[in-house]
Amino acid sequence: MSTRLATGGRLLDRTRAVEFTFNGKRLTGYKGDTLASALLANGQTLVGRSFKYHRPRGIVASGAEEPNALVNLGKGGRFEPNQRATTTELFQGLAATSQNHWPSLEFDVGILNNYAARLLPAGFYYKTFMAPRPAWKHFFEPIIRRSAGLGKAPRDRDLDRYEHFHAHVEILIVGGGIAGLQAALAGGASGARVLLVEQTAHWGGRAPVDGAEIDGQPVEDWIKKTVQALKKMENVHLRLRCMGAGVYDHGYALAYERVADHTPNDGRPRHRLWRIRARQIVTATGAIERPLSFAGNDIPGVMLASAVRDYVANFGVSSGDRTVVVTNNDDAYRTAIALKEAGLEVPVILDARAEVTGPLAVRARELGIRIEPGKAIAKVKGGKKVTGVSICAYAGEGSTLEEITCDAVAMSGGWSPVVHLWSHCGGKLTWDEANAHFRPDPERAPTNQSGEGYVKAAGTASGAMTLAACLKDAFDAGNAAAKAAGFSAKGGSAAKANDEEEQPMAAVWVMPQGAGIENRMKMWLDYQNDVKVSDVQLAAREGFESVEHAKRYTTLGMATDQGKLSNINGLAVLSQALNSAIPQVGTTTFRPPYTPISMGSIGGEARGELFQPVRKTSIHAWHEENGAYFEPVGHWRRPYCYQRYGESVEEAVHREVKNTREALGLLDASTLGKIIVKGPDAGKFLEMLYTNMMSNLAVGKCRYGLMCSENGFLIDDGVVARLDDDTWLCHTTTGGADRVHGWMEDWLQCEWWDWKVYTANVTEQFAQIAVVGPNARKLLEKLGGMDVSKETLPFMQWADGKIGGFDARVFRISFSGELSYEIAVPAGQGRAFWDALVAAGEEFGLMPYGTECLHILRAEKGFIMIGDETDGTVIPQDLGLDWAISKKKDDYLGKRAQQRSHMTDPKRWKLVGLETVNGSVLPDGAYAVGAGRNANDQRNTIGRVTSSYYSPTLDRGIAMGLVEHGPDRMGEIIEFPTIGAGDNVIKVRIVDPVFYDKTGEKQNV
Amino acid sequence: MLLLNCPYCGIDADETELAAGGEAHLKRETVGSEDADFEAYLFMRDNPKGVHFERWRHAYGCGKWFLSARDTMTLEVFGTYPAQSKKPPKVIENAIKKKRRDWKGWS
Repeated sequence: MSTRLATGGRLLDRTRAVEFTFNGKRLTGYKGDTLASALLANGQTLVGRSFKYHRPRGIVASGAEEPNALVNLGKGGRFEPNQRATTTELFQGLAATSQNHWPSLEFDVGILNNYAARLLPAGFYYKTFMAPRPAWKHFFEPIIRRSAGLGKAPRDRDLDRYEHFHAHVEILIVGGGIAGLQAALAGGASGARVLLVEQTAHWGGRAPVDGAEIDGQPVEDWIKKTVQALKKMENVHLRLRCMGAGVYDHGYALAYERVADHTPNDGRPRHRLWRIRARQIVTATGAIERPLSFAGNDIPGVMLASAVRDYVANFGVSSGDRTVVVTNNDDAYRTAIALKEAGLEVPVILDARAEVTGPLAVRARELGIRIEPGKAIAKVKGGKKVTGVSICAYAGEGSTLEEITCDAVAMSGGWSPVVHLWSHCGGKLTWDEANAHFRPDPERAPTNQSGEGYVKAAGTASGAMTLAACLKDAFDAGNAAAKAAGFSAKGGSAAKANDEEEQPMAAVWVMPQGAGIENRMKMWLDYQNDVKVSDVQLAAREGFESVEHAKRYTTLGMATDQGKLSNINGLAVLSQALNSAIPQVGTTTFRPPYTPISMGSIGGEARGELFQPVRKTSIHAWHEENGAYFEPVGHWRRPYCYQRYGESVEEAVHREVKNTREALGLLDASTLGKIIVKGPDAGKFLEMLYTNMMSNLAVGKCRYGLMCSENGFLIDDGVVARLDDDTWLCHTTTGGADRVHGWMEDWLQCEWWDWKVYTANVTEQFAQIAVVGPNARKLLEKLGGMDVSKETLPFMQWADGKIGGFDARVFRISFSGELSYEIAVPAGQGRAFWDALVAAGEEFGLMPYGTECLHILRAEKGFIMIGDETDGTVIPQDLGLDWAISKKKDDYLGKRAQQRSHMTDPKRWKLVGLETVNGSVLPDGAYAVGAGRNANDQRNTIGRVTSSYYSPTLDRGIAMGLVEHGPDRMGEIIEFPTIGAGDNVIKVRIVDPVFYDKTGEKQNV
Repeated sequence: MLLLNCPYCGIDADETELAAGGEAHLKRETVGSEDADFEAYLFMRDNPKGVHFERWRHAYGCGKWFLSARDTMTLEVFGTYPAQSKKPPKVIENAIKKKRRDWKGWS
């Protein structure tokens, strides 16, 4: 069992106890602990259950690569699943719970899956699809759904805040181990701006654990001095708890700073996402130890040799009293020596190599440790914890030679450089036979916008596996980065270290090498997704030969750890099964982020009110004060209606419609797009933009116009007014203003750049108010200032003048069918003008109305609405708007497309009015069915509803829709089936789309 | 995330400041065009692995459209130039030829 040692722990402050809970149990650790080290110190070796078979799992690693120790962290608004205990700093009050078990961690019903492992082979999930269809629906899916997923999704709103930070540097160095520090010294000396980020809370990485000397001083001292030297450089910035998450094109990088994970609720943002643009990136990301594949290598108590050493050296934690070390390299001997020196027992070192003669082995022997060369673990004994190992010959099939009692196993399969960041943007790898790992190929670095390499790997991350080589490599990388960033290196030399000689390692992928199927089914490659050696071999047999296919079929490396431990072992097993060399099989793709980053950090400040800017008209505050029920229109908020006390939304809308038809309505139309088009060629330009003639529009007049895309489809509409000889004002839809303005600029800049035209989007310069209804003129005349009579200002004209003392531009246009004036005043005067209208209008029955009333008014008149009658596949001809399409013009945008055979097909659905026989309101979007059935045995459709409302004016449902041969079928009854009503259909009569005032008498007074 | 130099502002603009506009140097087909030519203008776009000319708008900057020559495989940028160009300028062509000897040239 694991426990806290009486002494030791270089990162601990033993004077400061920290209380925390695990599954509700109160436990104590020290300041400086990680959650993992504190759990081990409390004897908690079992920390979770595996994903598929619910096998008991313990802590394997000591860093970001940990696959098993995932916990639910926090409560309520700070709850987060799948947090790695090894990278979670302990703090007072931390509350963690284990995941993926029921009813409890110690007793989990899901373990039944383990005994059914033969029925859950690789590709099990996909194989269920091939079973009879009902089996999936009634059997597999319910089971899979219940058992799938790690952890629980948070339920409450996140209480924390997050932020983004933009940084521009010449050199970004990822990793604050000795390589990163050395590279920063070299890079910083050149004068380049350097940002050095380290994912843990400590500088120096793992070097202090191994305790060598640099420049003749203990490595710990060298780290301290170097950090101090770097802090003195003004051009160097250092950040702890900041992980280099991803490298992207052209020197872009993301770093993820865990600002306040260890000090929750202290007012600081929890996470900060650094968005970095660097000329050069140095990845000093170190290396990760590989597990060995032997039977039972997932039983709690089996750990990486380096992790066992880390827990002793950093946290004064013993992973077990009797630790068997199993290895294929010299580095694991350091663990055996460290354990022995801490007073713990190492019954045996099992070394797969036939001969063991290096200095580390000699030292181990001198300490009295038994070394067994050429031996391996046949299998680990135990269930929820290790109780012993069976020893066998590595070369054989696994016959037990001896059984040894132990409570921990420290394994080492060699080291793999962390090449993720190097690879994110296309850096290529080379296979290093001597170390049996992939390392960055400096000749094939990721390239930037100039086609030059912009990422350099440094230290062990580049395959420099000894201390001296690591420092030299990092020094060179720092200098090279400075040079590539346009600075000159300052000379000097790398820090010096004396390396212990190490005997070459041996590649060991399956232990023992001739293990039978029973044992291969117990050798875990991917702990988190429960992928075993036998699964990868089965995938190869079933034809999944590409590493990317085998990965997806077996789910190897697809869990939250993204295969940091399993990938190399997995593809080595695959290459053996395929009988090809490892470099030929290749790796899967490394994708950012390096370890999972919070969704909160990605969102940053963009949440709640800051998620998106809200556009408000100058009259917005009045709407808020007067019961407006808002709806979003683009980024605007527009009143849908104004509710009075005790009134429903629907009642309010109906009241507004009736009042506008019978008395006087007021609409805030400020959001309508207003674009000035000006210049000697403005008329010519507008002829291309609109389907109808605009150049011949007389000054002082208005004309309704349509805009189409080059595909011929209707994209926007609005009233155009000619302001003077070379100036037009184009109104657009509310949502279309920016898009249409961009559309105009595209054509002017990229196609007709020699045309003399300027455009300006002046939407927000004006407040625009529609005064609508039979009493509209009376109100304006009462305010006085300009002549708004029928004679002076007839329908479809505009005039500048004064109304009630306000500078006003008055348009006689109508989207309601009533007598209507749309009056633009400078935006700053909008509210005052609105107030003046409201005050003066009381005697005429004035009421403001919202967008839903506007919709009903226009639908009663058969006016189309962009986005209702159009959906990007509708041409103006479909909508009976042929009158607004010029026959005289040689060209306009969309004209050629409208001549294509599909566009002139007489069977295109065309706009008609629709009236239910019983007067009810048709469901919006409903489809009408005709005779016959299509290839999918569905009934043929002959039309659909585009707008549908209850008309308070007519006291019945009215609708518009597109129907095949619609205009030729006036009076015919067609049928709309309804969802969930069985064979019931709604019978609908095809009618003229103008339901109200067909002759236009009311607007033209 | 791409970094493209806006020829109007003269700054390296982040991709988040830019809006992509598809293939550059299209010839507008219109009334009088054959169906096949018009269809090609509307829908048929080059999708080369390698040198490609594209339209970009400095949408959150100066608002101007410009064109770029870029390798779609390596994302190397050979240069950017004003949208008011009927074909890539000589200097851009030379920059591409220097780095991509097998490039067949602009047509």
